[in-house]
Amino acid sequence: MREAGPKAGRKTERKTAAKRRIPAEARTKTKPASPTKITADPAAPTHFRPGDRVRVIAIHPPGHIRTPHYIRGKSGVIERSCGAFGNPEELAFGRTGRPRQPLYRVRFAQNHVWPDYRGPTTDTIDIEIYQHWLDPA
Amino acid sequence: MRAHHDMGGEPAGSVELTEHDYSLWEKRTDALLMLLSDQKRQLLRVDQLRRAIEQLGPDAYDRMSYYERWIASITQNMLERGVFTAEELGRKMAAVEAGLASERKAGS
Amino acid sequence: MSHTHDHGDHDHEHDHGHAHPVRIDHDDRPLGYYQIMATAVFELLIEKGVTTADEVRAAIEAMDGRTPEQGARVVARAWTDPAFKARLLADGSAACRELGIDMGVTRLVVVENTTEAHNLVVCTLCSCYPRAVLGRPPDWYKSRAYRSRAVREPRAVLAEFGTRLPNDMTVRVHDSTADMRYLVLPRRPASTEGWSAERLAALVTRDSMIGVAVAKPA
Repeated sequence: MREAGPKAGRKTERKTAAKRRIPAEARTKTKPASPTKITADPAAPTHFRPGDRVRVIAIHPPGHIRTPHYIRGKSGVIERSCGAFGNPEELAFGRTGRPRQPLYRVRFAQNHVWPDYRGPTTDTIDIEIYQHWLDPA
Repeated sequence: MRAHHDMGGEPAGSVELTEHDYSLWEKRTDALLMLLSDQKRQLLRVDQLRRAIEQLGPDAYDRMSYYERWIASITQNMLERGVFTAEELGRKMAAVEAGLASERKAGS
Repeated sequence: MSHTHDHGDHDHEHDHGHAHPVRIDHDDRPLGYYQIMATAVFELLIEKGVTTADEVRAAIEAMDGRTPEQGARVVARAWTDPAFKARLLADGSAACRELGIDMGVTRLVVVENTTEAHNLVVCTLCSCYPRAVLGRPPDWYKSRAYRSRAVREPRAVLAEFGTRLPNDMTVRVHDSTADMRYLVLPRRPASTEGWSAERLAALVTRDSMIGVAVAKPA
């Protein structure tokens, strides 16, 4: 086919990427001096435990955000810790998302989230929220 | 400011209980995401897929189907990544379209 | 073929006057810009050696093999095996692995319906769905109406699915925003004492595992 590109070159590039587990953008710009630093896969220390009261920070930056707009500024209780995961706000732009961010399931009372909520006061909504979006309440 | 895809709690009509069987191009698009994001390739992360869908614009959700948004985003990411060029894609799309047109002619 | 159309501003003007829409892949919709793009990207990725037609076919078949029957098997096992149920609620991914179901990079959280609480799953930001146990999501799960309203008026949305819950039952909504995926463990229907897991699995619908419905009656 006409469109045949630099096949071999690309293949080599991909193999290297798989080995190092870093995005191509990072590879072309900076050569990691020590691969062990990358494979160490650091996670930020956890600040909260189940039962802790937290408030979602009320900021509204552009970018790829996984904290729903409707929950910003609301208070809830940590339902459980989910482990630490790559920061999606960084992963979205092809970066490593490291250090990994602790992720929590936070439980909110529906009548707190929606002042006009029509339902029992016991109704809840649980949302996964990364630690950097949470302040102690 | 609320982003248009971030729609929890917004007013909307009743839920239409529609379903459809996915066609081959939709299943292929679905499969391409799985392959491009696998351990072997690592050419696309799901957050990159979502980011480019979010950047399609406020009316993308009304104008485009689910897998149309996906293929638009996969394509955008592959262009950004340099997996293929815009010219290569444009020529290939023209060839695909021409091939289908001649297929249709032969069939009629 | 040597077409050199300028596709920078594609406008479907290459139809050369034919009124009938082209059909592709047995899809009844007219051939559109994005369907053409999908085929072109598929072919380019193969030509570039990024993937192969066989790999794509295998991935499609693997996904076709993921259906709500997987989830139903998990639920029926939990109904009949209390130790498995405890493991499932503690670590959904690990318990599914016991049944040969791999959650991939996401983790499964199983939420249990009881006489006191009913669970409902939605993804307001996109359409996150436990594909490993339920397959590809139904269209309504991805719709603006469901994504917008399930968090704010879950009882009204449930009613649209024919599920009416008493006010003394708590409704717990789960907005699937990040790396977890959610499966609802519905309540076991009455009068099914002594049923085998296989027989019970037939009562477990997809919608009951999303939480918009309850399991079928015996």
